[in-house]
Amino acid sequence: MADTSLKQVLFRLRRYEPGKDREPRWEEYRIDALPGMTVLDGLWKVKELFAPTLAWRSSCRMGICGSCGMLINGRPRLACNTQISELQSDVVAVGPLPNFDIIKDLVPDLHSMFEAHRELMPHLLREDLKEQDDPTGEYWQTPHELEQYLQFSYCIKCGCCMAACPTVATDPHYAGPMPLGQAHRYDSDTRDGGFAKRREVLSGGSGPWRCHFAGECSQVCPKGVDPAKAIQLMKQDLVFDLLRLRARKPAAKVAAKPSGKKREDIPAPPARTVKAAG
Amino acid sequence: MRDRTLWTWHILAGVVILVFLGLHMTIMHLNGTFPTFNNPFGGEAESWQNVAARMKSFFFAVTYVVMLGAALYHGLYGLRNILLELNPGHGLRRTINVALSVLGLALFAFGAWVAVSAPGVASRMGG
Repeated sequence: MADTSLKQVLFRLRRYEPGKDREPRWEEYRIDALPGMTVLDGLWKVKELFAPTLAWRSSCRMGICGSCGMLINGRPRLACNTQISELQSDVVAVGPLPNFDIIKDLVPDLHSMFEAHRELMPHLLREDLKEQDDPTGEYWQTPHELEQYLQFSYCIKCGCCMAACPTVATDPHYAGPMPLGQAHRYDSDTRDGGFAKRREVLSGGSGPWRCHFAGECSQVCPKGVDPAKAIQLMKQDLVFDLLRLRARKPAAKVAAKPSGKKREDIPAPPARTVKAAG
Repeated sequence: MRDRTLWTWHILAGVVILVFLGLHMTIMHLNGTFPTFNNPFGGEAESWQNVAARMKSFFFAVTYVVMLGAALYHGLYGLRNILLELNPGHGLRRTINVALSVLGLALFAFGAWVAVSAPGVASRMGG
């Protein structure tokens, strides 16, 4: 039979409203926690019962959207993905993610992270713009080639890795593990042809050169992504490129459609829902 | 110079140090391994005759200079990284770069001069 016993938990919440408060302060609220209750559920309960002005960011409640990254008992985590019971403590201390400015209470300002992310062009860069606007087929890629970047594509941009990174904490020029990991994700995608463009940014001071390989980013990632590995692989790629040891391959072409007789028993695809460009 | 180039040189200097430190350890501490090569007079590797013989060797002069350059670059680049982590402003950052470059070049010039002039010194001192 499921454990339905109530447990008293003390929520210590860091409250701060820039422009109104002089400095952040801790507030404490005692709530009843049920087994299976997440930290996010606890925050909702605190908001309903005690602190209606408490602010945080959340959306999907299932570890997909990456909105609810917070510092929970000293470690960056997703509030929706962290059960109170797994903290093994009667005290749940929740603060905003470190290394970011605070918008209000538990809401970090992720602007700097997304600026660095945007600067590294985290999308497929190709010459065939017409094909991208009006695709005629799929780009060719083998399962092995997919494996090279698959784990890095699981990143949900929650910012936990940025909050845990000691270099982000001290160096404002460093892009950080999320943007660098995502740059590597596209650099290692055989469908992408943008290595030379990203290299221009990555070769400078905001690139991977300040990474100490502390590995905290990979430790705290709630999706099991390994940004520290991505950064080391990126360094290797960039150095090999400088030494002219990196194989330069053109971006993958559109896969040829299968030829031969069409099987009668395969139903026709649905009609296009998007109009062709031009 | 861009960070990628500086970092690449840092790694290459590390590899050079690794190889040459291995050579140093072999010469100084395994002096029975290649006696005719690094220890022509026999006995201790630190004896004056053996030191003077190495000073007069073109091979050792080259290795001293390469090792000196690699160690200086590797160490000063590491020091630069530590200083830049203190988050200096643009002007101070430039000063650090210039100061470390000048220091490195001065030390390299002095060390290289010592290595190059060593054969003459050894001959004058009866080595």
